[in-house]
Amino acid sequence: MRPESEQDLSEMVRATVAPLRIMGGGTRDMGGPVAGAVLSTAGLSGITLYDPGALTLVVRAGTPLAETQAALASEGQRLAFEPMDMRALLGTQGVPSVGGMVAANASGPRRVQAGACRDSLIGVRFVDGTGAIIKNGGRVMKNVTGYDLVKLMAGSWGTLGVMTECAFKLLPAPETEATLRSAPLSVPDAVRVMSAALGTPYEVSGAAVDSEGCVCLRIEGFARQVAYRTAQLQAALGGDWQVLEAPESVALWRNIRDVTEFAGLAGDVWRVSVAPSAAPDLVARMSCPVILDWGGGLLWFLTPEGVDLRARLGAFAGHATLVRASHVTRARMAVFPPQPAALEKIAQGLRMKFDPRGVLNPAMMG
Amino acid sequence: MEMPEPNGAVLAKRAQVLARLREVLPQEALITDETGCRAYECDALTAYRCIPMAVALPSCTEDVAEILRICHDEGVPVVPRGSGTSLAGGALPSADSVVIGVARLRDVLEVNTQDRYVRVQAGITNLAVTAHIEGDGFFYAPDPSSQLACAISGNIAMNSGGAHCLKYGVTTNNLLGVTMVLMDGTIMTLGGPYLDAGGLDLLGVVCGSEGQLGIVTEATLKILPKPEGARPVLMGFDSNEVAGACVSDIIKAGILPVAIEFMDRPCIRACEDFAKAGYPDCEALLIVEVEGSPREIDEQLARIKDIAQRHAPIELRESASAEESARIWLGRKSAFGAMGQINDYMCLDGTIPVSSLPLVLRRIGEMSRDYGLDVANVFHAGDGNMHPLILFDANKPGDLERCEAFGADILKLCVEVGGCLTGEHGVGIEKRDLMGVQYTAADMEAQMRIKDVFDARWLMNAAKVFPLAASATRRAA
Repeated sequence: MRPESEQDLSEMVRATVAPLRIMGGGTRDMGGPVAGAVLSTAGLSGITLYDPGALTLVVRAGTPLAETQAALASEGQRLAFEPMDMRALLGTQGVPSVGGMVAANASGPRRVQAGACRDSLIGVRFVDGTGAIIKNGGRVMKNVTGYDLVKLMAGSWGTLGVMTECAFKLLPAPETEATLRSAPLSVPDAVRVMSAALGTPYEVSGAAVDSEGCVCLRIEGFARQVAYRTAQLQAALGGDWQVLEAPESVALWRNIRDVTEFAGLAGDVWRVSVAPSAAPDLVARMSCPVILDWGGGLLWFLTPEGVDLRARLGAFAGHATLVRASHVTRARMAVFPPQPAALEKIAQGLRMKFDPRGVLNPAMMG
Repeated sequence: MEMPEPNGAVLAKRAQVLARLREVLPQEALITDETGCRAYECDALTAYRCIPMAVALPSCTEDVAEILRICHDEGVPVVPRGSGTSLAGGALPSADSVVIGVARLRDVLEVNTQDRYVRVQAGITNLAVTAHIEGDGFFYAPDPSSQLACAISGNIAMNSGGAHCLKYGVTTNNLLGVTMVLMDGTIMTLGGPYLDAGGLDLLGVVCGSEGQLGIVTEATLKILPKPEGARPVLMGFDSNEVAGACVSDIIKAGILPVAIEFMDRPCIRACEDFAKAGYPDCEALLIVEVEGSPREIDEQLARIKDIAQRHAPIELRESASAEESARIWLGRKSAFGAMGQINDYMCLDGTIPVSSLPLVLRRIGEMSRDYGLDVANVFHAGDGNMHPLILFDANKPGDLERCEAFGADILKLCVEVGGCLTGEHGVGIEKRDLMGVQYTAADMEAQMRIKDVFDARWLMNAAKVFPLAASATRRAA
């Protein structure tokens, strides 16, 4: 199924009796396996409104992300949250779409400074499981009119509605960037250094540990500002730092964003969200390849196939998502973090309200 | 503004409900006498008042749960209250309600500068959070004008903003987790000291739900390192159009000021008379502030001044000292006080796309002539959040009604140009009946479903946000 308009989509959802598998670009093959006819949003494409002077973009959900980003780049602007491209890691084909990015709340290294996809998302239009066309939010960045369903839709993986249009707050793209790279450090030392860096006023926009165990810190801004801040940061942190200028820095952060280090390697990939100071202990408990991002607040683990990371980690303040695994493993193990009973009851209640017949990506989120 | 008739059955069993509440609460935590309850009859929307049946001031999450369990069991409506600074009537009680205030929950529970968060009880004031951590070089970013008095719980309920949202976002962008109690007494924790909560983003929907989904008793807040410094530049223009174009050009040039404030002539004059800030006599004034080290500020302000020069400003003044910065801000910060000296006023809160600024200001001017009421505009220009102040005389019969009609027309205009009814104050009762201007029946139905799930019997703050007709069957059930 490939609706060409929101109205089309509404009628298709209303008419369906069987489950639908909602697909944007098909590059984010995550979640529990969904049996159902594919419903593609590719026909709902194009930028509806771009107002650079107001830092606002409204775009149809099926629009290729690359096309959107190119339009923004031509005005020196960007989506600040640096969405991950999952194709390399998951071995998927296709073209990432705006709607898929929102459904996954895809947010990259700049999360520590600029927030997640949901923080830049200021409006949505979607079709719920009854076929109703619903809008929430709008195209202005300060809006508290009624409940905020915009945030709820981000990261709902198509289980509450099929997105048709998304509005974003944009930010100016910086003139340039640079990255400071340390010598290899132990995980506890690396987290300490990243926390110290993120606690300075120099607006570090990326703090990660690469596959060689080196801390990488990114500074963005006007050229002189970047020079000043990288110098100040080195003085504040001490130790020896290598300075990577823009082209190298850009490539490095693309690799961290896309977890390319684990692409093509056998095993499952888990994503753990945690307070940075708790990260070293979790890393020690797992003893498997790990990449730290978000100053230690995001851990990517490469585990042998079928290992239940949650069982291995035991209780901790945070949660784990199974990002890459075989369909067999994903059918056996919860992909998304199991929720406490009170929250699960609310989540199920919301699904029942927005999709009472259970036709939108059923079983996707467990 | 119409409010539903109080539920007679609830009023009839007042004594029984209060007896049950007394069993679980210490004596000083329950106010039942009329004089005591009168102190809670309104919030900052003082035109509307109603004395509640009782006021409970619990001092821990478990007590909140006990109170809610009893009210849920007895079918008694509740009205959550932070510090009562809502400009939209968000904390307005009904005669058949128990007000549950979180004013006694004001402890800082944990400060973690390494992981950059604080955990607080939700009755703490906004400014007290920053006061607690600024010695460590950190601050909590959302800064509503009422920050000296307003509670974090209310900030979460209304998703409060402030003057610095362009760079730092609003409450929802700085909130990591909450502990909250649902109407049936269920205690629930959403999120925590990590950047994203698992599962559906319930935290995102709780923030800004105007006290209709639960009572937040604890919050985990993101804290940020303080910038090295900040400095404003003041610019005056002889037309609103030119000032608006200048704002757009600054933003398009890739500079992200921490604040861009706009004032029109009536507002400039009133502030100047009141605060003697040394503002030029002109049609439109901008205050643009940037952050960083002294040299970084110099560089950014040089770029901003270059852009401003292209728009032929009649004044362009960069602050040269801390005193001068304070003076530039003084006028802006006294805007509401200055207006209050002249007249009664109503403060609106619509947001518009920045590019529509000249059109909207022109239309407001025309409406002002039609209604025969003066209006002054002060405005967070960077994010499009307008605060038109309509001046009226509360003692003159019909003036308040005329003012409300004028206000409604301005808000409809905000929606018409692509904006919204409220940017940071919330809907409450004030804009409840205008929701249909921005949202269709299906849009509102989708929102009301959320409340169905959190509060199936619609007992919590139920007569707010949605037009009474739209929520009638749910409230009656």
